[in-house]
Amino acid sequence: MSNAPKPAIAPPYPGFIGNAIVWIDARFPLVQLYKTQVGEYYAPKNFNIWYYFGALATLILVMQIVTGIFLTMNYKPDAKFAFASVEYIMRDVSWGWLIRYMHSTGASMFFLVVYLHMMRGLMYGSYRKPRELLWIFGCMIYLALMAEAFFGYLLPWGQMSYWGAQVIINLFGAIPVIGEDLAVWIRGDFSISDATLNRFFAFHVIALPLVLLGLVAAHLVALHEVGSNNPDGIEINKNPDPNTGTPRDGIPFHPYYTVKDTFGVVVFLGVFTAIVFFAPEMGGYFLEAPNFIQADPLKTPEHIAPVWYFTPFYAMLRAVPSMFGSQFPGVAVMGAATLILFTLPWLDRGKVKSVRYRGPIYKRFLTAFVISFIILGYLGVVPTTVWGQLSKSLPLIGGADVATIVARVLTVVYFAFFFLMPWYTKVDKEKPEPERVTF
Amino acid sequence: MKTAMKLLLASLSFAVVSAFASGGAEVHLDSAPINLKDTASLQRGAKTFINYCLNCHNAQFMRYSHLTQIGLTEQQIKDNLLFTTDKFGDTMVSALDPADAKDWFGGVPPDLTLSARVRGSDWLYTYLRGFYRDDASTTGWNNTVFKNVAMPHVLHDLQGTQAMGKVGEKRGHDGKMEPVMKLGLDRAGSMSPGDYDRTIADLVNYMTYMAEPARAQRTQLGVLVLFFLAIAFFVTLWLKHEYWKDVK
Repeated sequence: MSNAPKPAIAPPYPGFIGNAIVWIDARFPLVQLYKTQVGEYYAPKNFNIWYYFGALATLILVMQIVTGIFLTMNYKPDAKFAFASVEYIMRDVSWGWLIRYMHSTGASMFFLVVYLHMMRGLMYGSYRKPRELLWIFGCMIYLALMAEAFFGYLLPWGQMSYWGAQVIINLFGAIPVIGEDLAVWIRGDFSISDATLNRFFAFHVIALPLVLLGLVAAHLVALHEVGSNNPDGIEINKNPDPNTGTPRDGIPFHPYYTVKDTFGVVVFLGVFTAIVFFAPEMGGYFLEAPNFIQADPLKTPEHIAPVWYFTPFYAMLRAVPSMFGSQFPGVAVMGAATLILFTLPWLDRGKVKSVRYRGPIYKRFLTAFVISFIILGYLGVVPTTVWGQLSKSLPLIGGADVATIVARVLTVVYFAFFFLMPWYTKVDKEKPEPERVTF
Repeated sequence: MKTAMKLLLASLSFAVVSAFASGGAEVHLDSAPINLKDTASLQRGAKTFINYCLNCHNAQFMRYSHLTQIGLTEQQIKDNLLFTTDKFGDTMVSALDPADAKDWFGGVPPDLTLSARVRGSDWLYTYLRGFYRDDASTTGWNNTVFKNVAMPHVLHDLQGTQAMGKVGEKRGHDGKMEPVMKLGLDRAGSMSPGDYDRTIADLVNYMTYMAEPARAQRTQLGVLVLFFLAIAFFVTLWLKHEYWKDVK
């Protein structure tokens, strides 16, 4: 008798392939990994359209890495050559324009898909016990993604790259005591320069992709440990089939969700390629017109706005009045707006998870929250003067920009969603959850 | 609560409306007749660009050799368009010394490779037709879309001289009468106004091509890709339905 452990699972195929699987399986848990993570990973059968965005985010992550690798083959992280090297990619590199547009469109679509993915989590209570860590890993991915996008945006070395980075790094300079030194430390220089470009390149192509991949792996491990939530917000594991022990409302991820996600991927690619091939600038939202001018430290563009996916937070920053001549309060509010997402699992006191069975107060707060986020996003794109000024005769706020006042109100709405959550989720009149998922 | 929701919704629709209304409010821009498939127009535009613009401006990311994309042969380019270099693969760099430019114009004229993406084709088309005499300015010229521009009207021998004249009055927002100003041709150039507009249209067409040489290929390929995805849509949808038949 040999000492080699018998494969835990009989080889699925006869012949050479079967033998190869047995050989690998004695050394690496191949079949077990496949079964627990894919073939026998049971996902609720009632996923709706909101459940495509996780798979789509993974697709975009892979696409960004692959196109990014090809871009680095011709991009030069040097203040003298960076802008020209991007144009070289657009003109002289075979299919360079396609790779570059896929990467630039991918960045914006990544945020769009991640925002929708987070919205799903909010609606169906996917952050609630036992998925708190899953949610926290997700929030960390979001922060890492913002850093990744910020570093990447400097690399084309256009006017908006330069001045956008200038504005954001100056925010760190507003932090009391350590601010100035911190800003110098980030830039590696007293102003944005070649040194800044080099380190941002290093962060963008190595440091943050590694962090992102690690976090995405942790996100998936946590997901497969606790199982997916679903639009009804009830646990399918509580209802196993007495004969097989598998959830009665669950179906194996493969083939059911692999074929379903394939369909989702095709629909997504329809939108994605329509932008790449017909509107890569997306009306100046994905590629901003001033970024077709090489960075010039001596010429400030007329209107500096961050890329659209940062604008809700930028609008909050501008809405908060500076105190004692320091912008720090605004910076603190902006930081708090992203960090507060981490606390969500402990703010929610509701008995049900899904919005389907929540009471009317929660639904209104959620709607108000989403609308505020969208309007803040719009206000962050435009100058504060966009809606004119209030009449001078008004007390306190007379003469102020209407947009600034609206942004202040919406910032309060944004935070009220979180701060008041322990109260309104507790007193809200919820509906009873069903025993089984609605399908 | 309900009132608050209504207020929020109202401001949301306000935001959407103003998002579409913003921009382009100040100066009316004429629409440039862009046709990147019209190689004859692109070739005429390239010639105008090289004969006039390239005297002071660079197009430092554009290679002469790329002009084969608009239907010119290597020999044609070498014979007719290479003035500042003798290398076919070189980029379009002006003979103007940047130090001289600073002395003469107070600054180096901007690179024009990407100007159609920075300003837009319509802006260029309006700008190049919008020069008029203005004795108050340093160059003697002014422009309808670019106030007090540093560039003189280089093409005035073609267009002639325009002047800004008062043609009437209208009531402004504050109730006061405001003059209505209009451009008029004071002195004719070597081209008729129609021919000049066509020359500028060709030039802007070329500059639009130059800002993104891959654009024609991009939209052409896009149609094929979307066609493929349309088929994939039905195939994957059918596949999903087949597999999901047994999910009850």
